[in-house]
Amino acid sequence: MTHHAMLIEDEPNIAEAIRFLLNREGWQVTTLGDGGVAEAEVRARRPDLVILDLMLPGRSGLEILQSLRADPATAELPVMMLTAKGQGRDREAAERAGASLFMAKPFSNTEFVAAARSLLGVA
Amino acid sequence: MPFNLLVLACLTYVIFLFLVAFLAERRAERGRARWLRSPLVYTLSLSIYCTAWTFYGAVGYAARSGLEYLTIYLGPTLVFVGWWWVLRKLVRIGRTERVTSIADMISSRYGKSNALGVIVTMICVVAATPYIALQLQSVTLSFGVFAQPGTYAWMIPDTNSTALWVAGGLALFTILFGTRNLDANEQHTGVVAAIAVEAVVKLVALVTVGIFVVWVVADGPVDIAARINASAIADWDLVPSRWAGLTFLSAAAVITLPRMFQVLVVENSDERFLGTASWAFPLYLLAMSLFVVPIAVVGLGLLPVGANPDLFVLTVPLSQGQGGLAMLAFLGGFSSATSMVIVASIALATMVSNHIVMPLWLRLRPAKSVSGDVRRLVLMSRRLSIAAVLGLGYLYFALSGGSAALAAIGLISFVGVAQMLPAMLGGIFWRGATRIGAAAGLLIGFVVWAYTLFLPSFGPGAILPLDVFLNGPFGIGWLRPRALFGVEGMDPLIHALFWSLSFNTAAFTIGSLLSFPTPIERAQGLAFVYVFDTERAELRGWGDGLAEPESLLIMAQRILGDEPALTFFEEQARAQGKAGYLPDPSPAFLAALERQLAGSVGAAAAHAMISELAGRARVTVDDLMRVADETAQIMEYSSQLESQRAELERTARQLREANEKLTQLSVQKDAFLSQISHELRTPMTSIRAFSEIMMEGGMPEGMPEKYAGIIHEEAIRLTRLLDDLLDLSVLENGTVQLDLKLANLSELLDRSLRAAAQTRPERDFLIHRDLPAEAIFLRTDPDRLAQVFINLISNSRKYCDATRPELRIVVRQRGGRVLVDFIDNGSGIPKDKQALIFEKFARLTDQTRAGGAGLGLAICREVMANLGGTITYLPGQGGAAFRVSMPLRLEKPPLAEAA
Repeated sequence: MTHHAMLIEDEPNIAEAIRFLLNREGWQVTTLGDGGVAEAEVRARRPDLVILDLMLPGRSGLEILQSLRADPATAELPVMMLTAKGQGRDREAAERAGASLFMAKPFSNTEFVAAARSLLGVA
Repeated sequence: MPFNLLVLACLTYVIFLFLVAFLAERRAERGRARWLRSPLVYTLSLSIYCTAWTFYGAVGYAARSGLEYLTIYLGPTLVFVGWWWVLRKLVRIGRTERVTSIADMISSRYGKSNALGVIVTMICVVAATPYIALQLQSVTLSFGVFAQPGTYAWMIPDTNSTALWVAGGLALFTILFGTRNLDANEQHTGVVAAIAVEAVVKLVALVTVGIFVVWVVADGPVDIAARINASAIADWDLVPSRWAGLTFLSAAAVITLPRMFQVLVVENSDERFLGTASWAFPLYLLAMSLFVVPIAVVGLGLLPVGANPDLFVLTVPLSQGQGGLAMLAFLGGFSSATSMVIVASIALATMVSNHIVMPLWLRLRPAKSVSGDVRRLVLMSRRLSIAAVLGLGYLYFALSGGSAALAAIGLISFVGVAQMLPAMLGGIFWRGATRIGAAAGLLIGFVVWAYTLFLPSFGPGAILPLDVFLNGPFGIGWLRPRALFGVEGMDPLIHALFWSLSFNTAAFTIGSLLSFPTPIERAQGLAFVYVFDTERAELRGWGDGLAEPESLLIMAQRILGDEPALTFFEEQARAQGKAGYLPDPSPAFLAALERQLAGSVGAAAAHAMISELAGRARVTVDDLMRVADETAQIMEYSSQLESQRAELERTARQLREANEKLTQLSVQKDAFLSQISHELRTPMTSIRAFSEIMMEGGMPEGMPEKYAGIIHEEAIRLTRLLDDLLDLSVLENGTVQLDLKLANLSELLDRSLRAAAQTRPERDFLIHRDLPAEAIFLRTDPDRLAQVFINLISNSRKYCDATRPELRIVVRQRGGRVLVDFIDNGSGIPKDKQALIFEKFARLTDQTRAGGAGLGLAICREVMANLGGTITYLPGQGGAAFRVSMPLRLEKPPLAEAA
């Protein structure tokens, strides 16, 4: 079965790198550059995993996460939060909002892929 | 003297006056007009009291009625010597309330009532039109004397065309110099200068003719005295009622004539000038009246019996073959006529425009908001009003065909304007005077004047049928226009003066006592009656904080013009202890703004505009409370407390702002570190991810090159960020090396526009520039300045959200500084963000990834500080607008010394 990951990230180069890494795992990847449409897209396409950047145009990652968690249909959806700020405060905020996992930029490719796999329960 | 030569001299003189006015305006614009605003010029400008009527007519008056002509000079002399304190009060009120005309003053005093403004305007127009006609007639007549030498009677060559040329020329002059600026309090320097010159010309002319008559025609003062005794003038008997009545009338006229009010109050730039005028103006009048009787006597003796004594000033020198002297006398009369017409039409046009055209427009305009360029509209309506006023004068002249005695029209006009005396004096000395009373007095006085004096002056049968004169209207005998209530045998003028002012004063007093003033009236009454008590004047006015300062600024810009409005708002903000261009809408600020606007559009219109924006068109309970409290006027000693409190408030506000700024700075410092981290980590993420991918190898054809390209791009981004940070740190420490040289501003802008076009090149921008204004050579660091320009233009290219983006670049020089404004047509920057945009990393929408790291404007600010200039955000320009200001010549790096 092909896993479907939705990537919401506005830096095109970072998005390209992540798409390459996950494609190489054999997953299907949808990328979005804008926070405003992210929530609707998630509901419509029902991905197995959401990778969400904290700072997005349109709507912040934290807000998107909060509304996903507030809806029973997406409350349990695995969400990986990315941020370039890397401060403790951001990590706490992400965890409070219900992030399944928090990843600071820049990351090692191996760690990133391992984290994504663990969120989907893929060995 | 050939007629053509006269026309030539006349034209030369007019061109000379244009030049005087033009040069005076130029000097005033450059702020070097101190001597133009001196007590001397002020006094000379008051001499428009002496019109052609006094120049030519006084001699005729003396020939007909002996010394009675002196009353015309006696009244003003008494006012200037004895009633100096009344004039001072008028001038002070005029300056504090920024009064634009006598109609504005009365309207403003009685609760900014526009109805009163309209009534006063109507009275003034009706009374002044014949007077203007009279001036046109005198010029035409004096032309006629030259055109047909040898005749001393009424011979007017092609009357209408001469008058038409004169009226047209005067309209042109008045429009050119009378409506260049809007704000009445700082304008008309050119007109006043020209009038001062004319005042000298007419005095010199009359005195020279007088000296000629006394010492050349006659054998000196003794001979003249003998001739006087021998002439009919010696038989003249003083009629006490007429003497007192005329003295009173001319005293009233000198403060109520619209043109006198214009020069006395509106054009006054310093209250202290009145001190000089109080003795110098009577002296001027004395000099003007000195030779009147000698000229009259000699004229009566020399010239044939039918000769018109009104023209003796001209015909006596002519009969002696003194063409040059007659020419001088002609120019004197010409000066008297033109200066009166110019000032009268400015004064009347201001009233018509402010009290009739503007209120109509305010009511009729389609949109509720203040839209459109009010400034242009006001100027246009003033210009049209000037043309209309002169047109009316010409029409009156053409239709009446010139009536025989010049003086008669002048006195009729005097009685007309004297109707404003009760409302005016009552308004500044009696707090109980009300709008109802003033309107009743003015209307009744005006009607009685028209019925007993103005309409009968056209002659029986012309407007009022003969039957009305003999038997009264509908046969009611006691309503006969020249014998009201059966009072017969009175001089018609004194009869009209007596009844009109009696009814006027009675209606004014009774109306005021019986009616109750509105709150605004009470407040204005206080401000006028106690004008010398400044603290109290500040107490009235607007409630707190209802108007949005930005919309006030937009309105003010439309009326005052961009620059004056911005300067005014900046000053007011600074007085409140605030930075930037937007003061808090405090009552004091709104009152100041209203006065400022009143200087341009009149009190009633200004009040209406601010009411609309301040959302207070009607009187609130709060106002009533304020008026009730006013009885508890223990304010006398609290005025000191008031100013201390204001001082404390200002300090507290400054502290509050400083504190807010510090708190913000501390938050920003944390944010700065977090931002730097973010800005460094983002490119690093791509670099690390792609380099790891490449290290693992085994990629398809072309991919390694593509990924290496990304790594390269992100590395450059990192370098640029570090460069910016370093640049900023160097600029902030003032250790930057400036490369000062001369640079052409226009070329710098070209270069910057080209460089900035690389930002979002797909956007098609319409650029508005003013190339002539840009032709400035600056001494500065051109590269650094271009850096700022490029940044501003690029920002506009990035963030301007209009579908058809436009960028306006406006260049101005102010003092030794150059201002360059960049104004686009996007939605601009919200007010709460305007103070933040120049801080580091203050990208407005945190998410926008459109460009750099948000250091651009911070760098711009530091660059400008290093170039001895500033960069500020200009609110209220209808889009994002930045002003770059710098010295024209930067001598040495201002910050380098500290380094």
